[in-house]
Amino acid sequence: MTTPILELKSVGKSFRSADGSARSVLENVDFTLNEGEIVALLGQSGSGKSTMLRIMAGLLSADSGEVLYHGLPVYGPADGISMVFQSFALFPWLTVQKNVELGLEAKGMASVERARRAEAAIDMIGLSGFDGALPRELSGGMRQRVGIARALVMEPEVLLMDEAFSALDVLTGERLREDILELWQTRKIPTKAILVVSHNIEEAVMMADRVLIFASDPGRVRNELPVTLSRPREVESSAVRGLIDNVYGMMTTGTVRPARVTAKEVKLQLGDRLPEADIARLEGILELLADEPFRGRADLPKLAEETELTDQELLSVSSALTLLGFAVLDHGDIIITPLGEQYVHTGNAERQAMFGRQLLENVPLVAYIRHGLLQDPSGDLHEDLFLRLLRFTLNEADAKSALRVAIEWGRYGELFEYNFNTGVINMPESDTTGVA
Amino acid sequence: MSERKQFFPRLVVDAGGNRWDWALLPMILALFVLLAYGGQQMARPYQLGETLPLSLDPTNLPYYLLRTTMRMFIALGASLLFSCAFALLTTKYRAAEKVLVPILDILQSIPILGFLSITVTAFIALFPGNLLGVECAAIFAIFTSQAWNMAFSAYQGFRTVPAELKEAASVFRLSSWQRFWRLELPFAMPGLLWNMMMSMSGGWFFVVASEAISVSNQNIKLPGIGSYIALAIEQRDLLAIAWAIGAMLIGVILYDQLFFRPLLAWADKFRFEESGSETAQDSWLLAWLRRTERMQGIAVALGGLLERSFGTFRQRYDGTSIRARPQTISGMPERIWDAVIAAVVFYALWTLVHFIHAEVGWSEVGRVFVLGCYTMLRVIVLIFLAALIWIPIGVRIGMNPRLASRAQATIQFLAAFPANLMFPVAVLVIVRFGLNPDIWLSPLMILGTQWYLLFNVIAGASTVPTELRYAAQNLRLTGLLKWRRYLLPAIFPSFVTGAITASGGSWNASIVAEYVTWGDTTVKAHGIGSYIAEMTAIGDFPRIALGICVMCVFVMGFNHFVWRRLYRMAEDRLHF
Repeated sequence: MTTPILELKSVGKSFRSADGSARSVLENVDFTLNEGEIVALLGQSGSGKSTMLRIMAGLLSADSGEVLYHGLPVYGPADGISMVFQSFALFPWLTVQKNVELGLEAKGMASVERARRAEAAIDMIGLSGFDGALPRELSGGMRQRVGIARALVMEPEVLLMDEAFSALDVLTGERLREDILELWQTRKIPTKAILVVSHNIEEAVMMADRVLIFASDPGRVRNELPVTLSRPREVESSAVRGLIDNVYGMMTTGTVRPARVTAKEVKLQLGDRLPEADIARLEGILELLADEPFRGRADLPKLAEETELTDQELLSVSSALTLLGFAVLDHGDIIITPLGEQYVHTGNAERQAMFGRQLLENVPLVAYIRHGLLQDPSGDLHEDLFLRLLRFTLNEADAKSALRVAIEWGRYGELFEYNFNTGVINMPESDTTGVA
Repeated sequence: MSERKQFFPRLVVDAGGNRWDWALLPMILALFVLLAYGGQQMARPYQLGETLPLSLDPTNLPYYLLRTTMRMFIALGASLLFSCAFALLTTKYRAAEKVLVPILDILQSIPILGFLSITVTAFIALFPGNLLGVECAAIFAIFTSQAWNMAFSAYQGFRTVPAELKEAASVFRLSSWQRFWRLELPFAMPGLLWNMMMSMSGGWFFVVASEAISVSNQNIKLPGIGSYIALAIEQRDLLAIAWAIGAMLIGVILYDQLFFRPLLAWADKFRFEESGSETAQDSWLLAWLRRTERMQGIAVALGGLLERSFGTFRQRYDGTSIRARPQTISGMPERIWDAVIAAVVFYALWTLVHFIHAEVGWSEVGRVFVLGCYTMLRVIVLIFLAALIWIPIGVRIGMNPRLASRAQATIQFLAAFPANLMFPVAVLVIVRFGLNPDIWLSPLMILGTQWYLLFNVIAGASTVPTELRYAAQNLRLTGLLKWRRYLLPAIFPSFVTGAITASGGSWNASIVAEYVTWGDTTVKAHGIGSYIAEMTAIGDFPRIALGICVMCVFVMGFNHFVWRRLYRMAEDRLHF
């Protein structure tokens, strides 16, 4: 009954990092996109879901395993597979019509036929009258409509969407999503399967027939969740809310540190990435959590709604809080710990000291920096030393981000200071005795 | 009736076009006539030894202007082709990039005069008995003063095409040909155009040197503004110089209004940043062209032709074809290529050492290095002085938006104006008052390039965020504190950009500016520029080569150790 269109068979991909060592991004990924389904890929940033999408689009080649399109191997971008980009990727010097015609032009279609089809696609996506406009005259939502029209005019069998709505505001994103679902539902487009990469859980649940959850380092499919609800789906319906809750639960277990999964907790390693969460946000969430409506225990989707944070941001904050021992995660709920309670109820100076202590205990990278500084007679070290260390396990951007987070946290915990201009990390002035 | 009508060509039946077309017609016809006449004159029969008629009569100036401008535009066209080819090669093939980019980096810092004496003979041999050979040599000389920065800008543009656009081009299976026209060239366009304008100004600077060619003890003076000036300098005719300045002024205004302005206004759509703060250029000619019917028709037809070519040169197979299968990559060819490059570089170095040892001697090398230091000192002092003068003025102009937009057009024009026409005046003054040429010739070096400094400072000052301005006012920053903590850091990045251009230009200008002739009086300053100019005058090839090499070393060292670092610092820390 299900006909596979696009298949990945034990696909692996690794990139060379700056020091020449290979870093695995995808490992042994098996995946089948069947006719008539919408599949959503969810995962934290850096989990390799975008890489997987690009392999399926033929933009990257897999190092191992194979990609099959109707059973035939794919070596490059194939006819019948089209893509919508996160930042739209419109050619700013071409009018809307010329942008939409781009792929047809590459096929060598005659200009009259091209114009006719472009016109039809533009009308279908609700952009009539904007044919002659340049992309810069349009708002973000309109631009993405052009991006979608450009993909649909190719009459693709498979449509790949790379976080297509994440650069738009919530309302615009929802409108566009509904429009696409309507086109899909009413069979106005010949597309037989859609793959959506997202980090918005609600979006995934609303759109997909199947939600795949990616795990990072190296990227692989960790969970699969079928969504059998009929469309159109109601965001507020209890079925949808339940599913969203469920996905939150799946995404938080086994993130940086699983909560109460096993008695012996998996410790963070020195070269792991750190969740990107700034301190003001950490404290804000912690205070909110301790306070009235939640009283120490909150449902993550509710918290996301309350704080207006994206899923990505909220997940970062909650994994940072669990990492520091201020909270624990349990099946999509976040629960404040006694230590967290204590933290909320102390003054600023004591908070910073507590923060520092928790860092030394729980974040190996910070502890290692501090250790290095204590041993060094001059009491200062260049950040490049640590960056080089991190590059062994992380790619350039992740290494930089991890060090930046470590430095920000360490500064707040008064463990060390940092000079942005010189890139030197040094002991705080007041702390020459070096008590750790 | 109507049936017969169909067989008439459309043109006869519907002689259309609107009044804008008709008004434009005389201009186009005049352009064609001028081009035909100029072209015919360029390809005249000519025997080596024949003297070309040249007179200081100002009525000849329009004709000379035509010839010079034609040469410059041909060179510009050649530079454009070269730049595109260079950018395509270097961005598509890593092997080519490894070799060509460093070569261009060196070529860029080699002064143009060096090329001329070497290439003239070859070009003359190419077209025996025809003036075209000499013309080609002159055009090539202008080309060498225009091409390098354009090529670099195209290379930068091609390389920095955003990843998502590249991916989109791949997903929609654009062929290399379509990708070039639809993605790479448009993306590189704004930078390329800006560099074309700079190149045009740079071309004027060396127009004297390129038109008055000396080969095998003969002086060939091609009809043109450059030769006119050369003759005027020989005959000490100050009035003729004034005429030449006037003619040049008109030439610059004409091509600015008729060529660059419309082009800039048209190319505005290629700006990539979506919220460009720069005000759009406008051009009366472009507005006019856009109102025409027939001209628009021609443009559309040309565009259609291009589009049809995309169909012809399309990629005929997709990613499922066996032909898309990637070849197994082995590192072997690349390693062999690296070895070849290394061998060639070593051989070149060895030849150089041998050559210096045999031909000029090491003491000469030392002497030239000392001369290089003099010139370097000049460049540093001059940039410093120019900064002292232009930063306060530039900041004041830039902070006033209305003033800024008006000033920018004027300064662009000033930058295009060849400063070397002022040189005879300097000579007269120096000789009259018995001034020290080592000091008083120096300002000439920066005369033409200081505008880049001012231009960039204005641009920098006008992008200072308004809120920062309010904050500075609110805190009542004044005097030294205001400059140190607020204004100087705010404009530093754009200052560095301007200073890089200005210093590069000054090094190049030193060849002309340190060795100035007026009739039979020659005033020279000690420096590497005057050394090269002097050796060129004598025709001492080994020493010209030595001078050029040393200057190269200085310019590249200066760029690497001073400017690039400052630039990186500015990029890292001092931006909004």
